[in-house]
Amino acid sequence: MSSTAPRRTALDALHRSLGATMTDFAGWDMPLRYGSERDEHNAVRTKAGLFDLSHMGEITVTGPQAAQLLNHALVGNIASVGVGRARYTMICRADGGILDDLIVYRLAETEAGSSHFMVVANASNAQVVLDALVERSAGFDAEVRDDRDAYALIAVQGPESPGILKSLTDADLDGLKYYAGLPGTVAGVPALIARTGYTGEDGFELFVKPEHAVELWQALTKAGEGVGLVPCGLSCRDTLRLEAGMPLYGHELSTSLTPFDAGLGRVVKFEKEGDFVGREALQEAAARSEANPPRVLVGLIAEGRRVPRAGYPVVAGGEVIGEVTSGAPSPTLGKPIAMAYVDAAHAAPGTPGVGVNIRGTHEPYEVVALPFYKRQK
Amino acid sequence: MSNPKELRYSKEHEWLSPAEDGVSAVGITEHAANALGDVVFVQLPEVGDSVSAGETCGELESTKSVSDLYSPVTGEVTEVNEDVVNDPSLVNSAPFEGGWLFRVRVAEEPADLLSADEYTAFSAG
Repeated sequence: MSSTAPRRTALDALHRSLGATMTDFAGWDMPLRYGSERDEHNAVRTKAGLFDLSHMGEITVTGPQAAQLLNHALVGNIASVGVGRARYTMICRADGGILDDLIVYRLAETEAGSSHFMVVANASNAQVVLDALVERSAGFDAEVRDDRDAYALIAVQGPESPGILKSLTDADLDGLKYYAGLPGTVAGVPALIARTGYTGEDGFELFVKPEHAVELWQALTKAGEGVGLVPCGLSCRDTLRLEAGMPLYGHELSTSLTPFDAGLGRVVKFEKEGDFVGREALQEAAARSEANPPRVLVGLIAEGRRVPRAGYPVVAGGEVIGEVTSGAPSPTLGKPIAMAYVDAAHAAPGTPGVGVNIRGTHEPYEVVALPFYKRQK
Repeated sequence: MSNPKELRYSKEHEWLSPAEDGVSAVGITEHAANALGDVVFVQLPEVGDSVSAGETCGELESTKSVSDLYSPVTGEVTEVNEDVVNDPSLVNSAPFEGGWLFRVRVAEEPADLLSADEYTAFSAG
C-alpha cells in the first residue's frame, strides 16, 4: 500500500459534521458509520439509507468500437446491452482469474454510430481495471478515459427511496427498471440516475459532478426527513450485501478464482461474437466446475452467537472442508451469518455436522443456499 | 463523552468501580464501546473464576471484529451481568451503568490504573 494520505470525497466535511466514524477503505477516507450500524442497516431494509460511494472508480469508454472493445476486454456480452441499461459483469485475466466485478452502463449512442459506456469498478481495483482496459483497447477505434475524479456517487437505498427521489426529479422513475440508468436532473443537479445498488433493496445510485454532491446530499436528506432516511456508512453496506448474498472483491472474488469457481459462471458469455480475454481458460473452468466442482460458495447460519470472520476454517468430522470469506452478525436474521467456500461434498443445504472453527472452538453452523435475504417485491 | 470521576481506568479501556465490601464492578469505557461499534456478543468469565490484571478474561464481538476483554485487577469473579449477556447492546447504550460486565473481589490492584482525567487524556491521544 502507498503511504500517501487517504483521499477524501466531496462530502468529507459533511460526514464529519454528522459525527461519522471514518475508516480507510481502498485509499479513501470513508464513513464507516454515523451511529449504530445495526440501526443504519435496519433503516435500509425498512425505510431508506443515504450512502456516499464516491470512492467507486468510473471509467468512460467511447467510440465507434466501444462495444467491441468491451466485449473483448470483459467476459459479458456488452454489445447486447441496450442504451439506458446496465449489466453486472467481470473482467478476467487470460488465465481466467477475476480482476474485478463491474457494472457497465450504456449511456448513449450517437447518430454517427459512436457508443458511450461507463464502467464502474471497485475502488481497490480501479487502477488495475483502467490499465487493463487501456491495454486491451489496442487496435479498437475506442477511447478509454479515467473519470474517477469526474463523479461523486450518492446512493439512496431502501423501500422509501423511490418516493424520496420522485419528490426531487421529473425523471420517469416508474419506467426506470432495475439495472437501468438515465440522465436527468435531481434537486436541480444534473445526474445519471441508475436503479442499481448493493443492498438487496430497491434503490438508486446518482452519479453527479463532485461540486454538486453536497447540494444533492442535503436535498435528499431533507426529502427523506419524514420517512426515516438516515445516513449510512460502509459497515452496514457490508452486512446488507452479505445478507443479499452479493460477493465482495477480495473476499468472495480474487485473481485465484474464475467466475465459475465463484458460482457466477452465468456472467461469462461464450456465445458472444469475437474472442475475449480469458475465453480458453474459462471454457476449461466451466467444464471443470460441471464435472468435478472444486469448492462451492455457500451460506452458513450460526446456531450459536459467536461470529465467523473471513479466513476462519470451516470444519466437518474434524477435517477442514472450507474457509469463511465474509462473516458478520446479521441484523435481519438476528444470528451470525457467513459466506464460505466449502468442498462440494459438504455444500448441499442442510448438510449435517458442519461447523466453523472460531478461535479454537468448533461452533455448529447450518449450510444454506444463498442469499440469506430476498426482498418481497 | 465524559468519563465518570468515581471510576478508575485501565489502558485497555476497562473501568473499575470503587470497592464495596472489597468487590468492584468492571466494564468497558464509552470510548471503547464507540470504537467497537454495535456489540453483538459478550463472553464473560464465570462466577468463581480467578482473573489477573492485564490478562484476557473474555471477549466482545461487534459487527466488524472481535476484541479481547482484559481484567483491570486481580481477584475472583463474584457475579456476571446476565442482562448484558442477553442484550449486548447495553454495552453501547450504557457502558458505565447497565452495561457493566462482571464484579470481582479484588485481591490485588495494579499501581498504574488511571483517574478519569488521566484516562480522558490517554484515550484522546
